[in-house]
Amino acid sequence: MIRVVLPHHLRALAHVAGEVQIDVRGPATLRSVLDALEASYPVLRGTIRDHVTHERRAFLRFFACERDFSHESPDTALPESVAAGAEPFLVVGAMAGG
Amino acid sequence: MSRVRVLVGTRKGAFVLTSDGKRARWDVSGPHFAGWELYHLKGSPADPNRVYASQTSGWFGQVIQRSDDGGNTWHQPGTAPGEPTKTPDGMPMGESNKFTYDTSPETGRPLTTHQWYDGTQHPWEFKRVWHLEPSLTDPDLVYAGVEDAALFRTADGGRTWQELPALRGHASGPKWQPGAGGMCLHTIVLDPADPGRLFIAISAAGAFRSDDAGTTWRPINRGLESQGIPDPDAEVGHCVHRIAMHPSRPNVLFMQKHWDVMRSDDGGESWHEVSGNLPSDFGFPIQVHAHEPDTVYVVPIKSDSEHYPPEGKLRVYRSRTGGNEWQALTKGLPQRDCYVNVLRDAMSADALDPCGVYFGTTGGQVYGSADAGDSWAPIVRDLPPVLSVEVQTLP
Repeated sequence: MIRVVLPHHLRALAHVAGEVQIDVRGPATLRSVLDALEASYPVLRGTIRDHVTHERRAFLRFFACERDFSHESPDTALPESVAAGAEPFLVVGAMAGG
Repeated sequence: MSRVRVLVGTRKGAFVLTSDGKRARWDVSGPHFAGWELYHLKGSPADPNRVYASQTSGWFGQVIQRSDDGGNTWHQPGTAPGEPTKTPDGMPMGESNKFTYDTSPETGRPLTTHQWYDGTQHPWEFKRVWHLEPSLTDPDLVYAGVEDAALFRTADGGRTWQELPALRGHASGPKWQPGAGGMCLHTIVLDPADPGRLFIAISAAGAFRSDDAGTTWRPINRGLESQGIPDPDAEVGHCVHRIAMHPSRPNVLFMQKHWDVMRSDDGGESWHEVSGNLPSDFGFPIQVHAHEPDTVYVVPIKSDSEHYPPEGKLRVYRSRTGGNEWQALTKGLPQRDCYVNVLRDAMSADALDPCGVYFGTTGGQVYGSADAGDSWAPIVRDLPPVLSVEVQTLP
């Protein structure tokens, strides 16, 4: 079970409050976690990654265990504590005015 | 007694303003989708309770919302009306935000390129839906104008969207380039007399017409003259801001261009200028009176570099002669220290008698006139910057 923290607007879109918990088959990577998240919450497709290229949207960041994974390869393994559900994976809206 | 419903899109949510036919007292609901940009909301002419909304964000991208009860409740159209928005396991069902350019071998083309700011070629990249235009007859059929400029269509009430790729693939496409606001398809006008005829406009490419429901397109920019492009009367490259039509006379089109107010009497085959005595012919919206095809409204702003009313006076200009002769409408509008703008989709007219006219400003005011523009009053004063105003006339 992996814990994911979403920003306010995405929680509203997905009709969830607080953390989301998802099951990921195989190694916990950026790609596998986001694939599982979108499979569970189809409304989030296109809001975190581009529909076609699956590139991270420019004003979002991926944090875990006080590390920034935003610029890592999609197949980068997330920390064991995230994979084990001890620490959450954070999708964060970048600070960008407005 | 008839009622009116004004759909307002703002930088930070949507608002629905309702009144009876007197249009003196208003109920305000919202913000819907608080914190998101609502570029456009529009109701179906075939079913006034059906309303579509473009909800967008620089952070999170594009979402399409739909209401089947006149804006009281909303759902993403991936979920059928009346169905639960979650699966039995509690998972959300909605999926209504997928706009991908058609590159399929059967119908699409390789992802084409357009001219970038530095003169190089740049691939199309979807950013947002600027304008939603529901069919005149089918509530489930809607056209969407998007940035980077392309036309999409849904035939299932917004659940899925498909590009009409012939427009983006037009031979002039590599010459299209973004305006300051992006390369957006912002205007879609449907011909009530001919279901196959569509007019669209793109900044900064110009106006195009299809006579076969979007299968083929051709530029309709003859007569437009634009400073700032090498060939001032080129086939494409013109920054058209908005086109308006009266449904009783679909061959007559009025255009607010970057500079110049223009008119066509032949379905866009040719244009001539009707700016006449306007204090400035720069502006964004243009609107036709509901019952008088030759009565037209514009809101001049000072210039391309100063997007606010001349002299700090907010004035709507009305022509009752189809252009050239314009009268300033000022009663009830601020006549000093006013430096707001009115964006291209932020003006609309109801179908009551007398005709009501409405517009929203970047300062967050929505003004209404229940007497065809003779006098104005603010309906709301302090909304976020207004991006769009559409009005529905209800039985």
